Amino acid sequence: MHYSFTPEQEQFRDVVRRFLADQSPITRVRQTMATTDGIDTVLWRRLNDDLGLAGIHVPEALGGSGFGNQELGIVCEELGRALACLPYLSSAVLASRALRHGATPDEQATLLPRLVSGAATATLAWMEGPHWSGCGDIALCARTDGDAWRLDGRKTHVLDGVTADCVVVVARDEGRDDDGGIGLYLVDGAASGLHRRALASIDATRPLAELEFAGVTAQRLGRAGSGAAALARTLDDGAVALAHELVGAAQAVLEASVEYARLRMQFGRPIGSFQAIKHKCANLLLELELAKAAVYYAAAARDAGDIDSAALASQAKAQASEAALACAREAIQIHGGIGFTWDQDTHLWFKRVTCAAVLLGDAAWHRERFLALTERAA
Amino acid sequence: MSGVDERAVRTEVRAWLEQHWDPERDLVSWRELLADSGWGVPHWPRAWFGRDLPVALCGAIEAEFEAIGAVGVARIGIRMLAAATLLEHGTDAHKSRFLRRILTGEDTWCQLFSEPGSGSDLAGATTRADFDGTQWTVNGQKLWTTSAHHAEWGLLLARTDWDAPKHQGLSYFVIDMTQPGVSVQPVKQMNGYASFNQVFFSDARVPPDNLVGTIGGGWQVAMTTLAHERRNADALRRWGEASTREGRIYDEERAEIASVMAPYTWYPQRTGRVDLALARARETGRLADPALRQELARLLMLSRSSEWLAQRARTAREAGRPEGPEGSLGKLAASHVARQAAAVHTAISGADAMLAGADGPLDGLIAEILLSVPATSIAGGTDEIQLNIIAERVLGLPREPRLDGGPFRDVPRNPER
Repeated sequence: MHYSFTPEQEQFRDVVRRFLADQSPITRVRQTMATTDGIDTVLWRRLNDDLGLAGIHVPEALGGSGFGNQELGIVCEELGRALACLPYLSSAVLASRALRHGATPDEQATLLPRLVSGAATATLAWMEGPHWSGCGDIALCARTDGDAWRLDGRKTHVLDGVTADCVVVVARDEGRDDDGGIGLYLVDGAASGLHRRALASIDATRPLAELEFAGVTAQRLGRAGSGAAALARTLDDGAVALAHELVGAAQAVLEASVEYARLRMQFGRPIGSFQAIKHKCANLLLELELAKAAVYYAAAARDAGDIDSAALASQAKAQASEAALACAREAIQIHGGIGFTWDQDTHLWFKRVTCAAVLLGDAAWHRERFLALTERAA
Repeated sequence: MSGVDERAVRTEVRAWLEQHWDPERDLVSWRELLADSGWGVPHWPRAWFGRDLPVALCGAIEAEFEAIGAVGVARIGIRMLAAATLLEHGTDAHKSRFLRRILTGEDTWCQLFSEPGSGSDLAGATTRADFDGTQWTVNGQKLWTTSAHHAEWGLLLARTDWDAPKHQGLSYFVIDMTQPGVSVQPVKQMNGYASFNQVFFSDARVPPDNLVGTIGGGWQVAMTTLAHERRNADALRRWGEASTREGRIYDEERAEIASVMAPYTWYPQRTGRVDLALARARETGRLADPALRQELARLLMLSRSSEWLAQRARTAREAGRPEGPEGSLGKLAASHVARQAAAVHTAISGADAMLAGADGPLDGLIAEILLSVPATSIAGGTDEIQLNIIAERVLGLPREPRLDGGPFRDVPRNPER
């Protein structure tokens, strides 16, 4: 499979990188972090009005640009590098992909253009506790009420859950305990009976929320019985996108560490001339490059419709999580005492990476899933 | 990419092969014909057995050879490094004297660089060559010399000036390995095999014409050899792939390969043999162990992503971008894969991991893996050297202060053995 980037893709990456360096420098990230909502709405508007990035991977017929997972990956990688405070993963990746995989063509035609233009944001609510082992974990109940559906229950760890204009909720039909009873529902963010509470997150650049549903009116999406499969594909898409974000963040902290090691003088020489530091940096680069290979391969495999793409998604997320954690952890170590201060920027990436590494499944979870899928295929 | 049309080249080589190829010929006479035709090494210069064709076309030409079943020029061993070095730095006299018999396989070569006192620090060589006005006299010891026991010629890096700084006091020679002043002994390794040699020089002789490059310019020449060694790593991995076809010439080629390969049957094992891991885990019932599953998944991911990394590097190379640091990254990745594989094989085997030979798992293969893997992070440049290369050349980190400047005579070094 051909999975290296074309000159056009490299050019696209440059455009996104320059845009974010210009529009979302780390000073601006710090300002946004300190706001109640934690989202840079000005940047979001420009990102979509100027570059159309929320719809990069959405077909042109639905208002998007019609590119694939590789281009989506480039955007996510650059967002991770810049640490931009945007509802991109929640709205452009998870909610948008859930609609693509789970909603009918008519529903997509109604809902997606607004997400693609950035006029509205959405998020995906699937988690109900700290761990995820599959649709069996879903207890949030969907029941019919005349022509409408009503939802009762609780969702947690919902990305941008307080600010999203609408929420795609994964719920279980009343009285069903099999995966066939899993469905996707669209809920208005301002619906009555929906109580949204911001959760205090380690990572102030990506807000999390807990959502309580008490008889909330919802629109059922897609065909009956298709929810579980749509969710599985969506979460794999999300894992690959988040893996891109992780390698982008890792690249940024590694570059900063190397730069610091080049300049910081101790014992009459740059600390980067000590093998204790230079070997650490070289090992991080190796781990990161291996992770990138897995991440880029996974994205290309999804675009190519590869049958192993679920295993590849898990591999990408596992390797990206570990590589990024290593880069962030060692970045603080290489910076020494100054790296432990608030004013120095390293901790911002450390926090993003710490959260992104567990979000959508940590490395050990994905290793187990990868092996189970590989075992089955072998 | 190139100005040469692949289809035209394929047609031409096919026509030539159809006219000349004969499996009942003897190996040397066929290779002589091949060398003179330029099809044996088409990327070499026209003046020297080649056709000046781009390297990128060699795969297509090789495919034509494979299609008709034609045997190629002799390629295994150190001979291609010798050829590449002589093509770049040798005189016309060197080229006309040595290249043809390299291609026919009549001469075997070895590389005399590493020494007991200089491993990673190759330029610290202390084997000496002294000139008395008519010839060079060589004294000293080399180590890890592949093929020295049956080599006709050696590529020798020796110190010719002890007052010059380390890298500037070395010269590069072609030395006759069959003379009385050269003695070769096998070195037994920790895995029980003896695949390499140590070579002792005791007043060995080298005529002045056998100097390659200039006096004191040996390091630059050695760098050429080493660069080709790295580049040839892929090709060398195909060592030992002999044709299964019938015919006299195939028998001769098989015998040639078998003789060269005999000391290296353990080579596949030093990679860790990832290919065996999943099936063995399943067959032994160990696949149910969650701790093993984690390590096995790590291994498979590491191994696959290393391949993809190498593939990315190849794609970059083919797109005409310069050869980057990927070589060092790839070599380092291979060490990690091998170590992780050894750990997984150990975990699968349990207490049987202690057993070797017929008593050991897979008739001793697992023991051979465990005892061969440590070579991977040392041979061809240790992991620590690769880390330095990556840190300095890729990441741009400063070099360590050096203590080996000034006249080599004054540089602290290992005691003579």
